[in-house]
Amino acid sequence: MFQTFMNIISLWALPAILLLILTIGLFKKVPLYETFTEGAKDGFKVSVNIIPYLVAIIVAISMLRASGIIEMTGHILAPILNWFNVPVDTIPIMIVRSLSGSAALGVFSDIAHTLGPDDYATKLAAIMVGSSETTFYVLAVYFGAVGISKLRYALIVGLIADFIGIVAAISVCNLMF
Amino acid sequence: MNYIFYFLIVISIIAGAINGRLTDVVNAILSGAELSVKVAFSLIGIMAFWLGMMKIAEKSGLVQLIAKIIKPVTKHLFKEVPEESPAIGDIAMNFSANALGLANAATPIGIKAMEELQKINQDKKSASNAMCMLLAMNTAGFQLIPATVIAVLIGIGYKNPTEIIAPTLLVTSITFLSAITLAKIFEKFWKPQKEND
Repeated sequence: MFQTFMNIISLWALPAILLLILTIGLFKKVPLYETFTEGAKDGFKVSVNIIPYLVAIIVAISMLRASGIIEMTGHILAPILNWFNVPVDTIPIMIVRSLSGSAALGVFSDIAHTLGPDDYATKLAAIMVGSSETTFYVLAVYFGAVGISKLRYALIVGLIADFIGIVAAISVCNLMF
Repeated sequence: MNYIFYFLIVISIIAGAINGRLTDVVNAILSGAELSVKVAFSLIGIMAFWLGMMKIAEKSGLVQLIAKIIKPVTKHLFKEVPEESPAIGDIAMNFSANALGLANAATPIGIKAMEELQKINQDKKSASNAMCMLLAMNTAGFQLIPATVIAVLIGIGYKNPTEIIAPTLLVTSITFLSAITLAKIFEKFWKPQKEND
């Protein structure tokens, strides 16, 4: 029942928004096609504006991932996290999830396939990946689009919140499974 | 950010040298640069689409209507943003799209909100309080249903994949509330002129 409800939401969310926007637009006598193309013109400009910021962040993170530092940090953290009943397999997710969404999803997919559906690590990994957003990427895209290079406290807030999210995921998973 | 950028690259080179993976690190520059452009170019179409749709939503008054509805919440979070700014409506739609898991719509709408905030920003190079708040809301990754994760769980034959929704929602709510609280606290003492990060 709940699952059907969920499927309906994920299937209809986007079409519903489009219907709403277009119907209200028509009703309010907005010239739809003209207005759409006028707004869409900026798509190219905005995307191109982001490139320098994306190059800075994605290149730095690609280098970091290639250097093996993530595995090294994992080895250092393992004994500490082990003490908190955190499975070693999930450590790379904690390190990588603020840096690269696809990498975090990749590690989760690996864990899920090798350890199977009944393993605690699969559940913890699922919660950690499902509740996170790639902080560095969001930062590059959102601030890059408008040319902001002085971030002030934005990154620090994002990273502290990510850390709180990891702690929350470990605690909640411990309580529920 | 200057220090972070410096350290990310220096640590990569040092760690790469220690691990004997310096070649990989160097190759990562090219692949990373290529990936950046790929990501940016793949955004062009969907960005154009949603910016077009948002223009209609704005002209019809829908964005302003949504802004009015959520005003009680946003006037605390985005104090410096004037009520009549379309930014508030964009922010609300960005949040809704994120919550519904529509990342493809959320990003262009969020960028549109950033542009509106940039219009009323004093220092065009430095992030305003409102921009930091919007970013905090987005980096926290609030979403009602973690669709991608559930898809993977279904793929491995997980018996009851929906049982993951409640704990994930709890965690993401904690993260989201922490992020906006932290942004509120930081804006009190991290004034624009003093920063250099």
